[in-house]
Amino acid sequence: MTVERNGTEPRASLREKLQRGDFVVTAEIGPPRSASLEPVRRKARLLRDWIDAANVTDGQSAIVRVASWAGCLALMQEGVEPVMQLQCRDRNRIALQSDLLGAAASGIPNVLLLTGDHPRFGDHPDAKPVFDFDSIHLLWTARAMRDQARLLSGRELRLAPNWFLGAVENPFAPPLQFRAERLGKKVAAGAQFIQTQFIFDVPIFARFMQRVRDLGLHERCSILAGVGPIKSLRALEHMCRDVPGMYVPEDVIRRMRGVPEDRVAAEGLKLCSETISQIREIPGVRGVHVMAFAWEDAIPEILRRAGVRREPARSH
Amino acid sequence: MPTSTTAPRPFRPAVSARSMLLLHRVLDRRIPFWPALASWLREAPRLYGAFTFAERVTKERLFGCRMCGQCELPSTAYACPMTCPKQLRNGPCGGVGMDGSCEVYPSQRCVWLMAYERADAEGHAEDLRRLQRPIDQRKWGQSSWVNYWLGEDEDLWTDNPADAPAVRPR
Repeated sequence: MTVERNGTEPRASLREKLQRGDFVVTAEIGPPRSASLEPVRRKARLLRDWIDAANVTDGQSAIVRVASWAGCLALMQEGVEPVMQLQCRDRNRIALQSDLLGAAASGIPNVLLLTGDHPRFGDHPDAKPVFDFDSIHLLWTARAMRDQARLLSGRELRLAPNWFLGAVENPFAPPLQFRAERLGKKVAAGAQFIQTQFIFDVPIFARFMQRVRDLGLHERCSILAGVGPIKSLRALEHMCRDVPGMYVPEDVIRRMRGVPEDRVAAEGLKLCSETISQIREIPGVRGVHVMAFAWEDAIPEILRRAGVRREPARSH
Repeated sequence: MPTSTTAPRPFRPAVSARSMLLLHRVLDRRIPFWPALASWLREAPRLYGAFTFAERVTKERLFGCRMCGQCELPSTAYACPMTCPKQLRNGPCGGVGMDGSCEVYPSQRCVWLMAYERADAEGHAEDLRRLQRPIDQRKWGQSSWVNYWLGEDEDLWTDNPADAPAVRPR
């Protein structure tokens, strides 16, 4: 779907687009390990006419990088609506609520609340894992801050925040039968949109969505299906081995290994756009979340081939 | 041995969920004896200490208990969520391997997966849908039996988050 805008029309927010039924595209931007936000800005300029919002990850894989809130401010300056990720690994409930207020006060409209990867496999395995909260505690608390204007302590907030609350789910992690129920807990706690783990196995995802619909969750939150291109066999191997909760089925591995070395990237891009076309047909899927680490410039082509976007939206 | 200072690792319960669900009926706080015992223990610090020690030894053996003092076991088919390396109180994280392995200790089975399987086998899978509130970190080392009998953990979870906000009534 191509969204046409004229120069005077204000851009709709991610929340508004989902409310009116657009098929939305979000992307993931990993901030740099550097005292510079230039890489974030560059990716923002590259993607801003193709996507509706971008996540800035928060210490993903338990590796130190520029803070999510700082990346989000850079995105806003570049005209990209940010989704601030916030995880419970590094902060107790005091810091979490402070960071949430900081996001609201800075005008960051969307927050994505997660438990976080364990430090054991990060760059500081000697760190103290906090985990004072889990993701559901954090969602529940954020909802109370917004809807009751209160902190978890019961103290009142003078001005309540107004976030659009997001969460994640992995349809491929056992117990598969419980994953939709777990999503239901997140929705009950306050999640309004969900981004899923990478989807390489469409049938498993379709069964998950069936259960989501049976529980009526697709009417209470917007589900954005997680996808991403495989750039190289090395990247594939890394995904299978090192990324927690990643499931790549045998036939995908065979397909990627079956092409000549120099055509792996093209095949990965093709696979990703095919996956998007397939999951778009699944009832209840409201958009895609594209994760293309160190390969963000492939995103426009993927969206074009999948038929999600034919041309960039208005430059602004 | 203070287990709360060691890193949590998934623990396979040494007893069946069924036997513990039955035992829980015996230990139900609606039976007046238990709250009376708990009040009495509270008044006698040395007895409370001895009782808490016995609870620690028993539950450590059976569940890998780490003495958080606010027991969730009745909701998890008696697989202890505090042995999850992330101490998740509301279900498994997204890092569980397709083979059921823990993300942090791949040689061990995810404790929440064990909880689900045990609950499901007993027809108690619904229990895992309860929304568990954040724990009170001041209660580490306390007797969770005493806390339970005195009704102090009544607010630990809810089935209806719409009517029961995260913010605890003061």
